Amino acid sequence: MTVALADDDSDDRMFFTDAFDEIKIKTKVKTFNDGVDLMNYLNIDDAILPNVLFLDLNMPKKSGFECLKEIKKNDRFKDIAIVIYSTSSSEEHIEETFINGANIYVKKPSNFAILKKILSDIIVINWQYQTSGLNKDNFLLRL
Amino acid sequence: MKINLKFDYNKMSQKVVCEQLDEFGLKYSYIGNGEIDVLDKISFEKIAAISVYFAPYGIEIIENQKSVFVQKVKDAIREMVHQEEPAMVKSSIFLSEKLNYSYGYISNVFSDVTYTSVENYIILQKIELVKHLLLTNTLTLTEIAYRLNYSSVAHLSTQFKNITGLTPSSFLRILNKRKTLLNNQN
Repeated sequence: MTVALADDDSDDRMFFTDAFDEIKIKTKVKTFNDGVDLMNYLNIDDAILPNVLFLDLNMPKKSGFECLKEIKKNDRFKDIAIVIYSTSSSEEHIEETFINGANIYVKKPSNFAILKKILSDIIVINWQYQTSGLNKDNFLLRL
Repeated sequence: MKINLKFDYNKMSQKVVCEQLDEFGLKYSYIGNGEIDVLDKISFEKIAAISVYFAPYGIEIIENQKSVFVQKVKDAIREMVHQEEPAMVKSSIFLSEKLNYSYGYISNVFSDVTYTSVENYIILQKIELVKHLLLTNTLTLTEIAYRLNYSSVAHLSTQFKNITGLTPSSFLRILNKRKTLLNNQN
């Protein structure tokens, strides 16, 4: 399974990559420094698309929310599960991202053990959706 | 206008599978439950070619024995969750009677292959069905709770919230708003 993260905070990118080293399901992790960097990669014709994409909301140049809207407009990306990975826990933000097509909303945890647990849960449930033919359109999860 | 559909998964899958296999002029008999007895000798190349035809329908040829077994468990769970009348036996008894293995064996193999437990998978399937029933607007939450054998609406709502992080009503509100948004874009 391949996983990608777009986040402008280098510490958050590092914690994220480290957390995946200890997860049971084998994953390949790719990170991007901002939204422009991410979209440039995804728009390459033969890019290997991630199964799960984590988007930070607050990023310079292009925000996670803008990326989400662009991704949802393009049919080529329809199989990517989108996770919003943000420090904000405003109800308004959460609902707005779900309405615009996000599958999962996670508030960034402050503790590494919790981060590992959350990421592992996300990968496992996503795996079930992928391998059991469950309806991705109805896949909403708030952690 | 909105039209609601109800699917007979067994019939649907048999029709798709048989149509594809007939195209190949293969001699086979359809056993059901995802099993086919191929009466001719069949080469690996042919199996690979058939897989390509199956792929657009989400049908996959399973080779590994453990995966075959897990698929049978998943099918049995699906059948159990989707039956019209609430089940009268515990799910562990239902599964071990249906599959003819001890529940311990079933749950061990299942966790090995799927990274989750049989119990969690059943809950996931149930919640998926709840979502489907909510979105088709045919049953109230109370009726859904009864049909899926929850002791109360509160129990169903709590489990829904545990699995999705959302209440059934906010789930429904979000998906309806999403639908409106998509309609406005098109």
